[in-house]
Amino acid sequence: MSREAHPENWLQVTPRGLYCRPGDFFIDPHRPVERAVVTHGHADHARPGNAAVIATPQTLAIMQARYGERAGAVLHPLAYHQRLSLGPVTVRLVPAGHVLGSAQVVIEWGGWRVVVSGDYKRQPDPTCAAFEVVPCDVFVTEATFALPVFRHPPADEEVRRLLHSVDLFPERTHLVGAYSLGKAQRLLALLRHAGWDRPVYLHGALEPLCQLYEEQGVDLGPLRSATRAEADLAGDIVVAPPSALADRWLRRFADPLTAMASGWMRVRQRARQRGAELPLVISDHADWDELTQTLREVGAPEVWVTHGSEEALIHWARGEGMRARALSLIGRGEEEQDALP
Amino acid sequence: MRDFAELLDRLVFTPRRSIKLRLIGDYFARVPDPDRGWALAALTGGLTFPGAKPAMIRALIEERCDPVLFRWSYDYVGDLAETAALLWPERRGANREPGLAEVVETLQEAGRTEVPTLLAGWLDALDPTGRWALLKLITGGLRVGVSERLAKTALASFGGQDAGAIEELWHGLRPPYDDLFAWLEGRAPQPEVAEAALFRPLMLAHPLEEAEVDALPLGEFLAEWKWDGIRAQLVAHKGECRLFSRTGEDIGPAFPDLLQNIGFDAVLDGELLVAREGAPAPFNELQTRLGRKAPTAKLQRSHPAHLRLYDLLIDAGEDLRHLTFSERRARLEAWYARHRPALMDLSELVVVENHAELKRLRREARTSGVEGLMLKRAASPYLAGRPKGHWYKFKRDALTVDAVLMYAQRGHGRRSSLFSDYTFGAWTEEGTLVPIGKAYSGFTDSELKRLDKWVRDHTVDRFGPVRAVEPGLVLEVAFDAVQPSSRHKSGIALRFPRIARIRWDKPAGEADPLERLRAMIA
Ligand SMILES: [Zn+2]
Ligand SMILES: [Zn+2]
Repeated sequence: MSREAHPENWLQVTPRGLYCRPGDFFIDPHRPVERAVVTHGHADHARPGNAAVIATPQTLAIMQARYGERAGAVLHPLAYHQRLSLGPVTVRLVPAGHVLGSAQVVIEWGGWRVVVSGDYKRQPDPTCAAFEVVPCDVFVTEATFALPVFRHPPADEEVRRLLHSVDLFPERTHLVGAYSLGKAQRLLALLRHAGWDRPVYLHGALEPLCQLYEEQGVDLGPLRSATRAEADLAGDIVVAPPSALADRWLRRFADPLTAMASGWMRVRQRARQRGAELPLVISDHADWDELTQTLREVGAPEVWVTHGSEEALIHWARGEGMRARALSLIGRGEEEQDALP
Repeated sequence: MRDFAELLDRLVFTPRRSIKLRLIGDYFARVPDPDRGWALAALTGGLTFPGAKPAMIRALIEERCDPVLFRWSYDYVGDLAETAALLWPERRGANREPGLAEVVETLQEAGRTEVPTLLAGWLDALDPTGRWALLKLITGGLRVGVSERLAKTALASFGGQDAGAIEELWHGLRPPYDDLFAWLEGRAPQPEVAEAALFRPLMLAHPLEEAEVDALPLGEFLAEWKWDGIRAQLVAHKGECRLFSRTGEDIGPAFPDLLQNIGFDAVLDGELLVAREGAPAPFNELQTRLGRKAPTAKLQRSHPAHLRLYDLLIDAGEDLRHLTFSERRARLEAWYARHRPALMDLSELVVVENHAELKRLRREARTSGVEGLMLKRAASPYLAGRPKGHWYKFKRDALTVDAVLMYAQRGHGRRSSLFSDYTFGAWTEEGTLVPIGKAYSGFTDSELKRLDKWVRDHTVDRFGPVRAVEPGLVLEVAFDAVQPSSRHKSGIALRFPRIARIRWDKPAGEADPLERLRAMIA
């Protein structure tokens, strides 16, 4: 493990994204490249127009559903834990627990192991494989909720609050804002787990990805189109993308009560700016405790921090004796754009 | 604690009154005594915990958290109770989660030095929403958009009773209100409170603007001066005498001179003043009296209390509130002629012939030493609260000063992410600024955003949530009067200051000198 082979010399931020020189590939590039390894299907990580795309089969399916032909000229499915040699570099994908198909990229070269975790969480999620800890030399972490005020409560507790509200206001339609990839399906699965077996109504924008999840073997229970519903759906639950909550679209429902499922809901002032009457703290990103727990568990002496509150996590990691620095990647965090303050 | 926390959390995000009523009603129906009674006391502002201060919460959290991370977090969240609630290191399962009644009853018994340990133990056991609710509860001012009146209305509809009936009983009851809930649930008769020297809810007036005056049929109204003291209610019943403020707070102990030698049985509504031979002194002299819980004999002689009577509500057990104002006025005058109580007189009626004269009287109010005029409909009964169309207050114009913005602080609630509390100053002869007051802005959101940006761009120093700014922005501040003050470096205090507008156009050097304000002392 020579010093010259230190990852900062071969894994670097370039204008097109994070580039691994000896393996000649980019990870989650934000502009089209020859060869991309994609961690997961969110639009700020998976972009169209690459020549070759390496990703889990689920992520490739999501990219095809979103981009069709433009998903990539050559799609190379790489199942979790399978090794792939790209030049002298070995690459494998390990579950990240973020959304269906999401993966950490484990890169090995010159005796060094780097893990690029993409987006991840540690809370249980019935709709995707759980995060796995891979000990490494350099850990690249997200920092979306990297302030110690972000403490995501157990998601089933938040769903219980939603169902209590439906009980209390049976004459109103409960309209839940949730991102179309991952959050919406997790919410549906959580509702089923909490015993809600009535049909859940979906905004049209959510239908294709829910169908894809079902095809991938994730059971979401009975779903109906909210747009085509005959009645005003009093006492029912409707799930829609956050942008639809402020839309004329919701006037069709019975005195709609808007709920919003997002980690940003943790801070009341931010939640109030979103105008949600029932904020639900449900996040697909690691909270502060999960981030710090993960940094400790992977045991990497060096941590690179991307998108979010980098400074707070770097401050913490340095206090723990880790080398830590910010890795400025352009165009990250936009999947959560809807919920930004 | 969990149900109470969930209730507060829902209320914070619920804009609609009807929905708030449902949420509170649901809570009363679900939660047993005595928790719900303590919740009612909290929602109606009836709980205070003098041993719990924001500084103590800050100290507790700073012991448990990296100072840099605390500062960044507080900056982001903008509210101390919420920041502490979210940051508190999880130790769930460490202790048993406390109930609301347990928290309230323990704190009421606890000595000041025990509070931090108790609090830390509870915070360990609660989840973030529970911690937030606990901190909001003990630091007072829940700020969940529920007025005392709304809470009582929810209670009334929960029990299928009239809100007036609850209001009438209210001041004779004590939390946790077991007897009240028992009655509302039909398990017991109405609580017996009628025999005590109780506060009766006051009738209040709506403000009248200059432009609205001409539409008022003056012939149907009687006019009175609005005296520059505080509204008070004197209750004398079977030898027990009490003096209440507008909100029902017992302020009797501060005014023993007024309450001695009472030889009648009545409930009187009037203005509490400091007066010498019937001449009212400026408001700040009354303030001196209000500030002393147990005034010395010397202070009672130098600042004699006085009650100027407006109304007679109950006379020797006879409730007069259903009578019209004219009828009650006649009863009051007869009553006064009969008793002639010391340190009291009648507030005279003012004869107003026409609208022009009314406006003239109001313009002259400042020189006459009154706050303005009251207009009371002759045919109105005495109604609790602020009913529409009965009483109006026509207040004297505000004074204004151009002051320079010095410090800005984040607001509360909806505005907690914006700088919306402002401290402003005036120029001394030496050319330095001294603070003369602090006010919360009444701006529109877009103005507030522009001002907030100005503050961020011109910050020169930070102290926690407070920013010091360059002396570069002039605020036009309206206020009711200037009072001398030994507590402020400027030597003055403004009464009822509010920011009238932002003078983006005016250079800070042209703002008013402190001298001008000193000359305005009443
Ligand atoms: Zn993502
Ligand atoms: Zn992301």
